[in-house]
Amino acid sequence: MTGVLAELARTFATLSLVSIGGINVLLPEIRRQVVDVHGWMTDAVFAHTFAIASAAPGPNVIVVSLVGWQVAGWPGLLVATLAIMIPSCILAFFAARVLARWSDSRAVAVIKDALGPLGLGLMLASGVSMVRTVDHDALTVAISVATAVFVLTSRRNPLWALAAGTCVNIVALHVG
Amino acid sequence: MLGLMKQISKAELFLGFLTIGLLGFGGVAPWVRHVIVEERRWFSDKEFAEVLGVGQILPGPNTVNAAVIIGDHFQGPIGVLLCLLGMMAMPLVIVTALAAVYYRFASIPELGAATSGSRPWPTSSLPWVSRLSPCSTGRWCR
Repeated sequence: MTGVLAELARTFATLSLVSIGGINVLLPEIRRQVVDVHGWMTDAVFAHTFAIASAAPGPNVIVVSLVGWQVAGWPGLLVATLAIMIPSCILAFFAARVLARWSDSRAVAVIKDALGPLGLGLMLASGVSMVRTVDHDALTVAISVATAVFVLTSRRNPLWALAAGTCVNIVALHVG
Repeated sequence: MLGLMKQISKAELFLGFLTIGLLGFGGVAPWVRHVIVEERRWFSDKEFAEVLGVGQILPGPNTVNAAVIIGDHFQGPIGVLLCLLGMMAMPLVIVTALAAVYYRFASIPELGAATSGSRPWPTSSLPWVSRLSPCSTGRWCR
């Protein structure tokens, strides 16, 4: 048991430090580690795991937690979650403090000004690429667009749009 | 890093991120913004864009990094722990419950439709992202 836990910890702690741009970038590598390298589950089971993790709320790292749970129960979930989070969180903690301490310097001010648009560009790109992979027919594209419009124009909780999208898809399943 | 000197209590931090975790279907990013900027008004869109920008270039999930930065800013290391715990608690409970149910009822097609119907959601990070962009270029903010 401890062998598996140690493997989980080592695998995800390493991934934590290279996951620039978030977990979606890392997904192919996670799949490779989980299915090919360690053989913890088959491709099909991994796909199901990812689908469940996507349906659940929370940051997308939750897929790592679910992998841990399937591999080694509750201890596995705990170890995997801590492993994927602790290294990057420690780094973020110190990086943010360094930035704050040097916030008077001109160089840091320039960096901070650039980071906003940079981050937005990255997010826009990942949003577009997600539309391409996830939306496979006219209906799902329509759901994406409608959700986007809703979030842009309304100050209401985005959960309404999500519920609507889910219901529409379920209805479409029965009708289409 | 954030100019705002507002005082946010530990309880508020925890509850705020607990809400984010509970609502965060398809990814927490839109809800981090909704809860922090619009609902609770901890800081402005521009400051939030900065936090997210830093979170993007650092390794690790952007929203988790944002939680670390925000928690540290208001309540130091304890704040970091509270924000992370708040954000992860409900999702962890829910995801394991979902997995248990899913494997029991894996043959029900509605589940498949529900999981794929909630997935176009991540792409709606797009519009709130474009809401932020006028702010980060400093021209006009909501």
